[in-house]
Amino acid sequence: MKYVWILGVMLFFSCKDASEKEQLAVEKQSLETEISLEVYDFEGLQKFLNTTNDKTYVVNFWATWCAPCVKELPHFEKLNKNYSEAVEVILVSLDFPNKYETKLKPYIKNKNLQSKVIALNDVDSNTWIPKVDESWTGAIPATVIFNKNERKFYEKSFNYDELETEVKQFLK
Amino acid sequence: MKNTLKTLFALITIVVMSSFVNFGAGHGYHVGDIATDFKLDNIDGKKVSLSDYESAKGFIVVFTCNTCPYAVAYEDRIEALNKKYADLGYPVIAIMPNNTEVKPGDSMDAMRARAKAKGFTFPYLMDEGQKIYPQYGATKTPHVYILQKTKKGNQVKYIGAIDDNYQDASAVTKKYVEDAVDALLSGKEIKETQTRAIGCSIKV
Repeated sequence: MKYVWILGVMLFFSCKDASEKEQLAVEKQSLETEISLEVYDFEGLQKFLNTTNDKTYVVNFWATWCAPCVKELPHFEKLNKNYSEAVEVILVSLDFPNKYETKLKPYIKNKNLQSKVIALNDVDSNTWIPKVDESWTGAIPATVIFNKNERKFYEKSFNYDELETEVKQFLK
Repeated sequence: MKNTLKTLFALITIVVMSSFVNFGAGHGYHVGDIATDFKLDNIDGKKVSLSDYESAKGFIVVFTCNTCPYAVAYEDRIEALNKKYADLGYPVIAIMPNNTEVKPGDSMDAMRARAKAKGFTFPYLMDEGQKIYPQYGATKTPHVYILQKTKKGNQVKYIGAIDDNYQDASAVTKKYVEDAVDALLSGKEIKETQTRAIGCSIKV
């Protein structure tokens, strides 16, 4: 009888241990599958700034700490949804790398962002800012809209109507 | 035919001119312009003007604030600039350009607290009514204008970033502001008179 008791205790602990491990593994997996963040330097980013296909691309430079950026994000999300065939929105985060885990990924998850989010980590901004657009002073939010024929740059905030009006000109 | 050529020439001139105007800050000062003086409230309750600095050779004017992560990343470096160059004739003058109703974290009280916590030795001024930053053409924080005193007034010699690495001061390879002030102090030409960096848009 005594041995059965000990066996029971052992079983109990081993079960608990196993289920905890399992749960941890599941949590870890779900975090990883839900938010995988692509991080690029400017050279890597350039493939997102040019196209040869028929889509129109809306590339928005933003950061979670940038209040006007966060305010206009829903408009970009709405655009991405309403024009899912002809338009692709890409949200380029300029969050600091040490905030990817604590700020950026939780933000993407909590807001359930559907547009593609990538991170740009390239400190030599004096070199790459003019390559995005010669007129950009470096303030964010900033947006590039382009297709294979034309390109326009905006160092400003958008509301949805303004954004849609600009994009429509590319879809003609 | 002659008229067509004239029109074409005029058009080309306009295009070329406008492309110059568009370089860097679209509005506000360009290198070579004379910068306006101001009379702004400092965190110590006094008013500060550039004309107060009789013995200065020029100024490192920095538009900055409490609430922008880029500005915060540069706080120690701005203080270091003042420590190094105030005695050499180029003091730092920091101006907070944001609308404090949009950014309460940039209020005069908050500025005072931040300056105290960080031990700022330079004036930290409030752009009350947001009248000064548009004249300079600042678009973001931090945004630096180096001015040199000339007979014509305070001439803009450099516009742009502090250095080329906002993330890590120890990994900086180009100290744009130091290089520019050093050049001015030794009477040499500034190699890079305009640079760019990401910053927080000024809140209106």
